[in-house]
Amino acid sequence: MSAVPGGVERSLGLVETRRVALWDERDPLVLESGEQLEFVEVAYETYGELDADASNCVYVCHALTGDAHAAGHHGDPARRGWWDNLIGPGKPLDTDRLYVVCANLLGGCQGTTGPSSIDPRTGKPYGLRFPLCTVRDLVTVHRRLLAHLGVERPLAAIGGSVGGMQVLQWAIDHPDELGSGLVICASARLTAQNIAFSAVARAAIMEDENFHGGDYYEHGVRPDSGLSLARRIAHITYLSEESMRAKFGRRLQHDGEPLRGFGIDFAVESYLEYQGESFVNRFDANSYLYLTRVMDYFDPLGDVAPVIERLHGSRTRFLVLSFDTDWRFPTEHSREIVRILTAARIPVTFREIESPHGHDSFLLPVPEYHRTVAAFVERQRLEAVGG
Amino acid sequence: MRPDLEVVAAMVPAGSRVLDLGCGDGALLAHLIAERGCDGYGIEIDGDDVLACIAAGVPVSEGDIEDALRDFADGAFDVVLLSWTLQTTRRPAAVVAGMMRVAPVGIVSFPNFGHWRLRAALALGGRMPNSPTLPQAWHDTPNIHMCTLADFESLTASLSLHVSERVLLGPGRAPAGAAARARPNLLAAAAVVRLERTARGASA
Repeated sequence: MSAVPGGVERSLGLVETRRVALWDERDPLVLESGEQLEFVEVAYETYGELDADASNCVYVCHALTGDAHAAGHHGDPARRGWWDNLIGPGKPLDTDRLYVVCANLLGGCQGTTGPSSIDPRTGKPYGLRFPLCTVRDLVTVHRRLLAHLGVERPLAAIGGSVGGMQVLQWAIDHPDELGSGLVICASARLTAQNIAFSAVARAAIMEDENFHGGDYYEHGVRPDSGLSLARRIAHITYLSEESMRAKFGRRLQHDGEPLRGFGIDFAVESYLEYQGESFVNRFDANSYLYLTRVMDYFDPLGDVAPVIERLHGSRTRFLVLSFDTDWRFPTEHSREIVRILTAARIPVTFREIESPHGHDSFLLPVPEYHRTVAAFVERQRLEAVGG
Repeated sequence: MRPDLEVVAAMVPAGSRVLDLGCGDGALLAHLIAERGCDGYGIEIDGDDVLACIAAGVPVSEGDIEDALRDFADGAFDVVLLSWTLQTTRRPAAVVAGMMRVAPVGIVSFPNFGHWRLRAALALGGRMPNSPTLPQAWHDTPNIHMCTLADFESLTASLSLHVSERVLLGPGRAPAGAAARARPNLLAAAAVVRLERTARGASA
């Protein structure tokens, strides 16, 4: 935690999630695929105050299982938003100076329209009839929300993992809109290994006997076993071998001798079980399918020549960060992004941050990482105010 | 800005696309970006210097110079700078060849180990010499590949590079007096050299 001297940490305190309908039947959302959504509601939170010329907005793009509640608390000060160590008064995204916005992703399950929402055409949850979205569609929703909030040109967009993918897509598609993009432990293109992990996670959900082709809602059941397994598989890829060794080693869950059976014996097994169980109570299995699929198809730099041409002359500044123990999206993924942006003559700053925590590092208060984000965002702010 | 950096800056054409290898805190690039309308990009291995670049608004990539050079296409820049860094690289010849691959013009500044004070310290004192610009002990110095002006000339000749300009520096890294020009390898404490490809060395 980024504590201030004296040990009293400043925090945002009580915050609330708001909802807004951004598209309706008179003005449906047309997706990249051409499919339409007649009603799209978005859950979002904002922190800090938008300044008079709407120049201090930082947009936070969340990752696979995040939500709009990035910082502050909803009543219990001990239970903070998922990026509370980064966002707040005096923190790297300093809400004394910045207006920070975070929204639940399209296709998600924490208040924004997704596969668990009611399909107005049938009166039943979409399930797998929800259209497949792309990262570009996610960005379309972010931009509409900002327009609703009165922000035309955010100072920065920031995100880790699939959050960083959204930032990258945003900057490519709208080169003059973002003042800057912070792309953290992201990828411009999943590898076969990345897709393989996602495929196995999806298979775990879809092969659960309670999945019912995605219509489990009307059967009064959930594919909890499959979703829990998907989460446990993914969670292993978020940690490094080093951090698992440090956290669990071969420590036993119970005192004394090993039980030597097939139950939970090692501490790491108990941890994974807890991760899976707590996840199924906050996440919808269909959203997991949709949002992992969004990542698989993401390849904005695949045909690189037109991208380089479009970006030519863009003044969007980039900060690309990776973590040295991340094996979900290793540093090479970030370097590839840097190479292409540099070839397009875009100003890019790149760092590989040392951290033992693997892919999860982007959610943790790694000091050098936070210093870097703070310095970069503050520079953008100073330039925006003419400093 | 340090006087040797002023000399380097004066050799960079306005509006050019500049790569600075070992850019430190970004002072030179910040100057070129703000005052000369250049597109600047730095490579720096020291984390605190990288943070200083970020705070100064200088685009920078953290990492090793040789690794970084491999990431750039032929001719990706107009000018590559190597300020006071050549002697810290593991493979100086590969670095110079690499910089002249990614740009037609390279500007290198480096301390001259042939300077009379250093020669005298070794010849008379019998120990590895130190100076204000080379303060560290032999076992604790980043400067692992020292050369003289004459040595550097041999290197550029072997790489078929043309020295289009050379400014000699005194002990304070400011331009040296006229006397140094008589015996540069003995009297100059350092130099800034502007290199260009020749037809034969274009594919170096």
